[in-house]
Amino acid sequence: MIPSTTSGNRGLLQAEPLIFETGHATGTGVDLPAPKNTPNKLGGLARKAALDLPGLSEPETMRHFVRLSQKNYAIDLGLFPLGSCTMKHNPRLNERVARFEGFADIHPLQPISTIQGALELMDQLAHWLMELTGMPAVALSPKAGAHGEFCGMLAIKAALEARGEGKTRRRVLVPSSAHGTNPATAVAAGFIVDEVPGTEDGRVDLAAFKAKLGPDVAAVMLTNPNTCGLFERDVKKIADLIHAAGGYFYCDGANYNAIVGRVRPGDLGVDAMHINLHKTFSTPHGGGGPGAGPTVLSAALAPFAPVPHIVKRKDGARELREHASGTQAFGRMCAFHGQMGMFTRALTYMLSHGNDGLRQVAEDAVLNANYLLARLKPHFNAPFGDGPCMHEALLDDSSIKPKGVETIDMAKALLDEGYHPFTTYFPLVVHGAMLIEPTETEPKRELDRFADVMIALAERVNAGDVEFFKQAPTLAPMRRLDDTRAARQPKLRWRRGENGADAAAKHAAE
Amino acid sequence: MTTRYTKDHEWVRLDGDVATIGISAYAAEQLGDVVYVELPGEGDEFAAGADMAVVESAKAASDVYAPIAGVITGANALLSTQPDLVNQSPQGEGWFVKIRPSNKAEFDALMDEAAYADYVKGL
Amino acid sequence: MRYLPLTNIDRKQMLGVIGAKSIDDLFADVPKTALLKGLIDLPRAQGEIEVHRHMQALAEKNTPAGRTAFFLGAGAYRHHVPATVDHIIQRSEFLTAYTPYQPEIAQGTLQALYEFQSQVALLLDMEVANASMYDGSTACAEAAMMAARVTKRRKIVFSGGVHPHYVETARTACEALGLEIIALPAAIDDEAAVTKHLGADVAAVIVQSPNVFGAITDLTKIGEAARGAGALMVATFAECVSFGLIEPPGGMGADIVCGEGQSIGNALNFGGPYVGLFAVKEKYTRQMPGRVAGETLDADGKRGFVLTLSTREQHIRREKATSNICTNSGLCQLAWTVHMTLLGEAGLRRLAQLNHEKAVALAEALGRVKGVEVLTKHFFNEIAIRVAGRAQKLVDALAEQGVIGGVAMSRLNPKAGMDDVIITCATEMNTVEDIAAYVDALKAVLA
Repeated sequence: MIPSTTSGNRGLLQAEPLIFETGHATGTGVDLPAPKNTPNKLGGLARKAALDLPGLSEPETMRHFVRLSQKNYAIDLGLFPLGSCTMKHNPRLNERVARFEGFADIHPLQPISTIQGALELMDQLAHWLMELTGMPAVALSPKAGAHGEFCGMLAIKAALEARGEGKTRRRVLVPSSAHGTNPATAVAAGFIVDEVPGTEDGRVDLAAFKAKLGPDVAAVMLTNPNTCGLFERDVKKIADLIHAAGGYFYCDGANYNAIVGRVRPGDLGVDAMHINLHKTFSTPHGGGGPGAGPTVLSAALAPFAPVPHIVKRKDGARELREHASGTQAFGRMCAFHGQMGMFTRALTYMLSHGNDGLRQVAEDAVLNANYLLARLKPHFNAPFGDGPCMHEALLDDSSIKPKGVETIDMAKALLDEGYHPFTTYFPLVVHGAMLIEPTETEPKRELDRFADVMIALAERVNAGDVEFFKQAPTLAPMRRLDDTRAARQPKLRWRRGENGADAAAKHAAE
Repeated sequence: MTTRYTKDHEWVRLDGDVATIGISAYAAEQLGDVVYVELPGEGDEFAAGADMAVVESAKAASDVYAPIAGVITGANALLSTQPDLVNQSPQGEGWFVKIRPSNKAEFDALMDEAAYADYVKGL
Repeated sequence: MRYLPLTNIDRKQMLGVIGAKSIDDLFADVPKTALLKGLIDLPRAQGEIEVHRHMQALAEKNTPAGRTAFFLGAGAYRHHVPATVDHIIQRSEFLTAYTPYQPEIAQGTLQALYEFQSQVALLLDMEVANASMYDGSTACAEAAMMAARVTKRRKIVFSGGVHPHYVETARTACEALGLEIIALPAAIDDEAAVTKHLGADVAAVIVQSPNVFGAITDLTKIGEAARGAGALMVATFAECVSFGLIEPPGGMGADIVCGEGQSIGNALNFGGPYVGLFAVKEKYTRQMPGRVAGETLDADGKRGFVLTLSTREQHIRREKATSNICTNSGLCQLAWTVHMTLLGEAGLRRLAQLNHEKAVALAEALGRVKGVEVLTKHFFNEIAIRVAGRAQKLVDALAEQGVIGGVAMSRLNPKAGMDDVIITCATEMNTVEDIAAYVDALKAVLA
């Protein structure tokens, strides 16, 4: 039992109220020149009511956010084996470069003559992405993975429309193990989703896939390596079949980290694939974003790439084509040119690794995952553990559930052990999934430490200490938050006169 | 009054020419704590098997299909503020909608209580 | 390679534990013909020194805004970002965290999201805000699609004052869904024109204030007309600092407010990453796209925050999700919140007032130049000017003189029929000397 304290703090861990509970409308942490209050040109539209936005002085602001930061887990703190998310080390050189004045302080609409370096950088990044993937074109502007999926599917739609089949080919085949973004994207692009079942060994059921092909099929959306952490052995057959049926092959590149430098998606028959720069190329996840999702395209789809396009002139200078009219471009993904701040970081990462380093990235990522799989499969059920995995090891809770401990309980016990848990309950095709992606930036001793902890937890389950798991976490800043309460009466913002702390106190009194 | 069930775990209770529809205790338990129910409006018309409502827990959402065709004559307004009624009383206060069936034969074709109990046992 | 900790001895040992002879055994499922034996034709690994040099050389081929007299806005604004902001967002615990799926060890991110949502709602005078979109343009596209879902109608009307890139981004997304976009001809100050297109099939009118020409509009009557016709009023914006001084869209009856948050906390970055702000009336909360944090209690009765209403999102709802968005603008959102916390109401009001005064000074100075006409009457920090001759040529000529004078409307929309219009803005960053430099250069170029 941890004793309660008068302050609410626990040693280094500081309790921290909302800024609305400490700040006030006259507080501020900036010193700006006094306005002259000259006559305005607002046409009577001056803001009337108060904003009620609290301000804090600089030291208070610093403390507020530093205190909050200390309630977060992070890669810089330890292993972050969140499957499908590729939480690898974020080199700080990348951060420095992204902040160069020549990158951070340029406007997307500056005259073209003043941004030649930016366009050259984008060209270099495009070159790396095309060479690595073996694809002839890339659209850089998508702002995240799902946005890249959307870009790829719109290119497919445009290609179908150009063939006069836009209205007839509406069905998109999506394996049941796919990320939720795939079906959501297909629908956003105006297609109908048709789910393809998987096989016992965690791959797409080729026979079922074949049976679903027809003249109304637009595309297949396949993640490879797939969400079970396995390479789709039949990927080339799938590509050939979808092409023979008149459809296109969209590859979800979320797991590209497993094959970068070793396999080129272009050699597998892919027509479009987004690349999460925030996964494979290590731009920081930042607690949820930003990311970037450049989308490589096959020759069949290249003409439909969205604007802007970079056009190289004979004299070596570069220009921007910013309007789709007069081209086959399907349109525009976003206001400007994409996530420049991610481009600078990703190119820095690529140059640092080089072709040899990137190949080693894939090999070490796969090696680390297989090492964890080898160490853990005697202690947990590994549904596809007979063969090698790629960059992530998939376990499930079928061996511990009969004893009363589920995936969620394992995850919460890991919090007390000082780890961010694996991805829980995904992919959906495996009940009680625990998807572990260590990435290549973990040293062997960290893997061993993690494996030792997982094995000790398995032994604890076997010893019947179910209560330990049900109580977990006991050492984290908070303990099992009530999702049902949050969703039943959503409280999504602070309002004056309503105080969450009061609600908590009231609840405690009850 | 007779109550019948579907394989999608809805129940239908016919009382005169109005049928009341909800989800079974089994479905409510599978879903966990219900946090939100999206219901159709009065006058909406559904074919049997069409998406009619959505029931959500904090981490899952399930479509509720119209077990029989008909026109909605009322929806359970209580669920908007007390979605937990679906857990507490799935076949009582936690009902979803009332519907005027367009084809009574569809109702007769559904499982009776004993058949449904067998069906659930087999899952 | 400095980022890869495994040694060759480790690798050999690990392969032994796995029971594999070589690394290629682990790639056994890859078709033989697709598994590369050699290296791809790209440069080899380099140290920090070499990479730094390479990137520095690229950076130096650009002209940073700060080295010029800079008056360019049109969707991205050059404001001062306090040093504290960049320090906080570079803290490991924020920078290298993932989406807060395990709330027990992510309260820092979650509380910051909740504070962000609250600040956005207060700034825009709306009931509910989400935890960010990619940027203003994609937020606008999401708003259009959301309006179609809410109203079950299929036509979206854009005013002639909405940023052309926003219209094109929304058009690309909406037309894929079979929605119809009506984009009214470019108009400096006629947001109300959308009401003429209201009808039984219109899901939403989308208006912008301040609009792309800087003009500010009382949207109240437009909103009333829209609601009267069963449509929503979506108000978008590109310059969120403006709401420190002008009436926010929520107060004028907007059903959805969406726009760009870059101005607070985020550098220009050549267009991204930015942060899309998105707020709705409470009754539409469950139709809203994107993540949202909510307050709850933990097992000990302590207040905490979780991601909530997740059943709207793709990872649960899949093909029936309200949006496919997953990764958003987390760190840019944090920068926004830190900067807004430093400002507070007092700081934001002063910042907004300064922007307006600089823009008034700019408008007066440019208006006195022969061959220049100021077109925007009522504005926040941006105006459209008409120049004698082609605007694009003039902007390029000004750049030669070290003045980034704005953007030619013809670059944003070649079909606007406004080849002689420049959109130009001033912020707190501009000095009296900058304005004088602009005026001198303009006189020289026009002469």
